[in-house]
Amino acid sequence: MKILYGMQKPDEGTITAEGEQVSFGSPSDAIARGIGMVHQHFMLADNLTVQENVVLGAEKRHGIGAAARRRILEISDAYGLGVRPDVLVEEIGVADRQRVEILKVLYRGARTLILDEPTAVLVPQEVDALFDNLRELKAEGLTVIFISHKLGEVLSVADEITVIRRGTTVASVDPTGTSPRELAELMVGSELPVPETRESTVTDVPMLQVRDLHLSGTDADGVKREVLAEIDFTIHRGEVLGIAGVEGNGQAELVEAVMGMRDPDGGAITVDGADLSHASTRRRREHGIGYIPEDRHRHGLLLTAPLWENRMLGHITERPNSRGQRLTLSDAKADTERIVREYDVRTPGINVTAASLSGGNQQKLIFGREMSHTPKVLIAAHPTRGVDVGAQAQIWDQIREARREGLAVLLISADLDELIGLSDSLRVMYRGRLVAEADPATITPEQLGGAMTGETTGRLGGDDIDAPGAPGAGTGPARDSGEEDAR
Amino acid sequence: MSEGSDSSGSSGNSGNAVETPPGAAGGGDRTGGGFLAAKLSDPRVREKLLLAVSAPLLALTVAFVLVCLVITATGQNPFHAFEAMFDYGTTDRSQVWIVNKAIPYYLAAVAVAIGFRMNLFNIGVDGQYQVAAFFAAVVGGALALGGFVQIPIIILTAMVVGALWAGIAGYLKAVRGVSEVITTIMLNAIAGSLIGYFLKEGRLAERNQNIVHTPDLPESSRFFTIDTGAGLIYGSVVIAIAAGIAYWYLLSRTRFGFDLRAVGVSDSAAEASGVSVKRMVIASMLISGAVAGLVGMPTLLNDTGNFGNNFPSGIGFMGIAIALLGRNHPVGMALAALLWAFLERTGGHLNFIGYYQEIIGVMQGIIVLSVVVSYELVRRWGLRRQQRIVGAELAARARKNDTVEGAV
Repeated sequence: MKILYGMQKPDEGTITAEGEQVSFGSPSDAIARGIGMVHQHFMLADNLTVQENVVLGAEKRHGIGAAARRRILEISDAYGLGVRPDVLVEEIGVADRQRVEILKVLYRGARTLILDEPTAVLVPQEVDALFDNLRELKAEGLTVIFISHKLGEVLSVADEITVIRRGTTVASVDPTGTSPRELAELMVGSELPVPETRESTVTDVPMLQVRDLHLSGTDADGVKREVLAEIDFTIHRGEVLGIAGVEGNGQAELVEAVMGMRDPDGGAITVDGADLSHASTRRRREHGIGYIPEDRHRHGLLLTAPLWENRMLGHITERPNSRGQRLTLSDAKADTERIVREYDVRTPGINVTAASLSGGNQQKLIFGREMSHTPKVLIAAHPTRGVDVGAQAQIWDQIREARREGLAVLLISADLDELIGLSDSLRVMYRGRLVAEADPATITPEQLGGAMTGETTGRLGGDDIDAPGAPGAGTGPARDSGEEDAR
Repeated sequence: MSEGSDSSGSSGNSGNAVETPPGAAGGGDRTGGGFLAAKLSDPRVREKLLLAVSAPLLALTVAFVLVCLVITATGQNPFHAFEAMFDYGTTDRSQVWIVNKAIPYYLAAVAVAIGFRMNLFNIGVDGQYQVAAFFAAVVGGALALGGFVQIPIIILTAMVVGALWAGIAGYLKAVRGVSEVITTIMLNAIAGSLIGYFLKEGRLAERNQNIVHTPDLPESSRFFTIDTGAGLIYGSVVIAIAAGIAYWYLLSRTRFGFDLRAVGVSDSAAEASGVSVKRMVIASMLISGAVAGLVGMPTLLNDTGNFGNNFPSGIGFMGIAIALLGRNHPVGMALAALLWAFLERTGGHLNFIGYYQEIIGVMQGIIVLSVVVSYELVRRWGLRRQQRIVGAELAARARKNDTVEGAV
């Protein structure tokens, strides 16, 4: 993908675009050939308008004035993108930003679009709208390369599927004749592990208790507003509590409050009986809170440091990393070797930098690190975001394993299947409040989606599943395996 | 003390200087030829060595070519200049001079480097060491306790004053979010005025002809010297060596050092890992200032014996250049400090034999720039290269696995 967009040079092999063999030295070569890319992480300047963002770097095409504006509206109408050129980018939502990115690429004359994990940040309804846009593009004769980990989406939108695993093409298949399970097996490279029957490991020993948590913050305009309000939950030993919600509704802040990176205005946080409401992050970690951050590059790793230093990060006060004030480097290195082995971190050694590992392997390292300090509570924020299917399955297994060993897990995810498949109970977060709760055994992703947009509140899924013979515990395992296969 | 004789090399020095850093506190590798050969056959060691050598080589080549061009442009012969510099700089007397000069440079570089390692730009070393040396001189001049008690008191005073002066900037940064670049540079100006106010006859100073200075330290408070036959090396070289070792140990072997470096690499990751970034900002500024306080000690204890209006200034800024040149590495900075002193020593001589003295300033600038640029280039190249190697190695392993699976 990086090679196609000219960001990296191939060692061998050829690229043929529109019947001609080409080679790209830089992204601009690729654009000149009509290939454009929409990155997973948006590359937009928040404080510029949509129009300014689109013309930025492409001023030569239609200038920056009325002509450019005309062209933007033309493209927007032709493909049904519905872009408003005069709005500041910081004022528009994620889905709109994505459309701006697509427009940016089209504006530069692209005939082939590469979309890298475009749905990772979208809610189900927005995904459908995106797919409509893509079909529109297709109908106009454009080519779209859609890169995704989510099999259901690939199957629904693609005309042809190529499976790539560890850098080589494994198979090319036709979506109409392929089941999700077959596709998943191609991606993982072996038969998917059959999820074992799920028995509840929930005990009645409370591990993490959050009582009436309040947090306010000042936004960019200096206005003080409530970020979290009346957050109240208890996670017991061996329980996974899932939090669903559209991103930006306070999940990140909740994690930061629990981890001690933000000091709550009110309420209490207790871990295994110890009051940690206002304790420092380090003390919380020493008290047995393991943390898998949402953004592992910003919060979980020192990218330019070797793996063994990353193994020490966050647990520097504990064995085997230090004794007193003194670091015990050889113990830490030996333990890094163990983590690499036990958690199947694919790396040539522990002296390479964290940046040279793939996302999945970085995540496995983080997971191994956090689990190596006998945590009582595990905070997992989007644990499988941006990781490959193999690592994903492994991380899910490890979360189940952790649950079996009696950890209390707080799982925050945008992936509803993941939430439903792993959680013992579910809460929905909307505008900084926990507005609804649900039993994962009986809830459907659609019902959850409704609560995530604030339409429904309270106890979900209770009345429609009232039918006899459908006790929650019974359907649990079946659903669990079903969700599993869907990827 | 052996650095004295080692310092001989001209620019070749800085080559060695920077060879070590990526090996971070390695140095123990050179035990025997056979062992070394065995190590060299390991591709990973070779890789490390390649990276370590390519940056200084690139920097030196670029700097050398540029300096040649500049000298040629002034209508003079560059090679003759280098030869003269080398000959003069390697005389015994020059070597002693260079070592003595390098001591405060090195201390200043260590002070700056502590900030650099956590992304703090302490430009205020200059003001910190002057205020520190001034008050240390005042305290030392007022007491007469005998060397064993008084010298530690003087040094301690300097460290405390330096730490407090830098701590102001650290506090403002941590509590009010004021950029340390601005506060430290302003504190430099304030330091000048503060000293100017007290350094007057009748306040804390006395006049001796044209020079106003603090009362002389008693003879017993002078630091020892080492007689090499060609001149006296300041005993305060011991302070510099101790500071270098302490710097290395603190950063690479203690929890505090790990936290500090973590903040330097990524403050968000450090914060999430449980480091209080604010506290680290204050702590590292205090330490940086304390080391800065030592910068004036060689001059005060070994040379002038008082703080006068002719006390050397500007060493803090040289510390920045030397820390950059030595890549914040304790050994690298030592070699860089010696190189700097060597250039200064030979600058006067160049002037004497008919070259422009300013050439030395140009050389220093070119060296720092080429080192900084080439290290950044090599660092990026190395990172990309490593990613590629890791990818290739994993792909090879995966292929092997696949064929094994296929065979079964």
